[in-house]
Amino acid sequence: MAPLVKGCSVAESTGFTRRHFLTVATLVTGGAGVVGTAVPFVSSFNPSARAQALGGPVQFDISKLERGALAKVEWRGRPIYIVHRTEEMLASLGKDEALLRDPTSKESAQPSYATNEHRSLRPEFLVLEGVCTHLGCAPLPRFEVAPADLGPNWPGGFFCPCHGSRFDLAGRVFQGVPAPLNLPVPAYRFVNDNTLLIGSDTGNS
Amino acid sequence: MASSEADVLDRLGSGLRALGAWIDDRFPMTKLIKEHATEYYASKNFNVWYGFGILATFVLVLQLVTGIFLTMNYKPAAADAFASVEYIMRDVNWGWLIRYLHSTGASAFFIVVYLHMFRGLLYGSYKKPRELVWIIGMFIYLCLMAEGFFGYLLPWGNMSYWGAQVIVSLFGSIPVVGNGLSEWIRGDFFISDITLNRFFAFHVIAVPLMLVMLVVVHIMALHEVGSNNPDGIEIKEHKGPDGKPIDGVAFHPYHTSKDLVIIIVFLIAFAAVVFFAPDMGGYFLEHANFEPANQLQTPPEIAPVWYFTPFYAMLRAVPNKLAGVVLMGTAVLLPFFLPWLDRCRVKSIRYRGTVYKVALMVFAVSFIGLGYCGLQKPTEMVYLFCRIFTILYFAFFVLMPFYSRHEKTKPVPTRVTP
Repeated sequence: MAPLVKGCSVAESTGFTRRHFLTVATLVTGGAGVVGTAVPFVSSFNPSARAQALGGPVQFDISKLERGALAKVEWRGRPIYIVHRTEEMLASLGKDEALLRDPTSKESAQPSYATNEHRSLRPEFLVLEGVCTHLGCAPLPRFEVAPADLGPNWPGGFFCPCHGSRFDLAGRVFQGVPAPLNLPVPAYRFVNDNTLLIGSDTGNS
Repeated sequence: MASSEADVLDRLGSGLRALGAWIDDRFPMTKLIKEHATEYYASKNFNVWYGFGILATFVLVLQLVTGIFLTMNYKPAAADAFASVEYIMRDVNWGWLIRYLHSTGASAFFIVVYLHMFRGLLYGSYKKPRELVWIIGMFIYLCLMAEGFFGYLLPWGNMSYWGAQVIVSLFGSIPVVGNGLSEWIRGDFFISDITLNRFFAFHVIAVPLMLVMLVVVHIMALHEVGSNNPDGIEIKEHKGPDGKPIDGVAFHPYHTSKDLVIIIVFLIAFAAVVFFAPDMGGYFLEHANFEPANQLQTPPEIAPVWYFTPFYAMLRAVPNKLAGVVLMGTAVLLPFFLPWLDRCRVKSIRYRGTVYKVALMVFAVSFIGLGYCGLQKPTEMVYLFCRIFTILYFAFFVLMPFYSRHEKTKPVPTRVTP
């Protein structure tokens, strides 16, 4: 019989000795110390102050972007696609909805002010993250209608070269491709008529 | 004259013996040499399949040595990395050779390890009592995949960049924590200088350290239970009057001298690749990686290096991102359970039933088929074959408890056959 703690009735009834108590107490204290020490190391993996600062908003002058053209801007290392859509391009958006996976962008990531049919603040300007929702490749702009390699139903849009995902001219994903969601829309606002600010949307309704 | 020479050698010999005894009193040197080499008995009927373990060890040492020399000139920063690799290739004396040895060594490592693992499947080397040897080996394989992945970012070519982008974003598909997790892995909002720097730390310190420790543990576990052989029988069950297995011969000098021939044959093939086809037609070094990383421009085709393509093909076969990732992860983890999935008591393929022989061949074909499909452009035909091979890959493991239970085996000999 192991010696019990004198005058301790709990110890006597359960056989929980002074040695057991010290072992458990040491393990718990040591374990808490290890977890506490791990915090700085695990946290050092998160984006540093400099990385966060470099991830601030960027400006783009839209007055030089012709109708039907695409511009790429870098924000947080991501290609941001800015498309000045033509009337025909905007008209095509209403025709392909039956072929889309998420035509009303219910599941997809975009700010509330871009949750509409054209997925943008101003209908003619499309702002998208050029990051495929499958595995993060940059989809290629393929604005021509029904080219030989994309088939007769192609209304113009974006084609991901990695795994063949297809998106329309509002970045909405087609059915039957690996990408699960529409291309994300970053936070943005128009500082004035000609200046677009990507990464900030204070003041948008 | 002659007698004085003999005298000198005599004294040198006794001096060395005294030094050995001095060490042995303080460190078990002779004991270790006996246990792991001169008195470690392995079956005398080893065939060439049993050479891939020693080859893997050899390639590990090659990678460590060439890797150390590469770090002396490589700069792990986004602004300098690509240029420093060019510098190694063009300006460092013999730098091109050291780098090609390392890059070819990476592919050679996987070839050798895949064949080493296939040997285990052929002769039942994962079965009792060698379950732990197999499991530790699987951990080595995981480390090797991590090492290959981290190392592939370091040249900071465009394929390095986008390959890493694709793999890291796999974690992003995990619900709730996914995005935070990928940010945590990258240390930034995208693959950046910060990511490169930490991948370098993993590639040159953390993973190699684990790899070396696991290899030591793998060999210790193996030497505890003894090596399997092409007949899949335990040589320890038949010992001579001296207590040594009758069918075993000492690892050193008998197996080591045979292994030396295997290493030389390997080196002939290895040198041929290093000197005449270091990029192996784009399979060992991908052509898109000859231009620097460009975060705004995806290469026209993203294909990982060949040793990852079997699993990459599975990812492509599934039209749902999360399901694809889960499937791929499961495919990597399934072999861990092999010792318990296989219900057949006979180890070697020589005495196993037709059903396992067929299953193993189907598995080998589907694994190679997946590897091939993973390298092709994504077309409907490729997707179809990816799906067929993925199903066959999983069937090999998942159906194993059923088809291996009532196998019609041949009688197993009690002593090894020549």
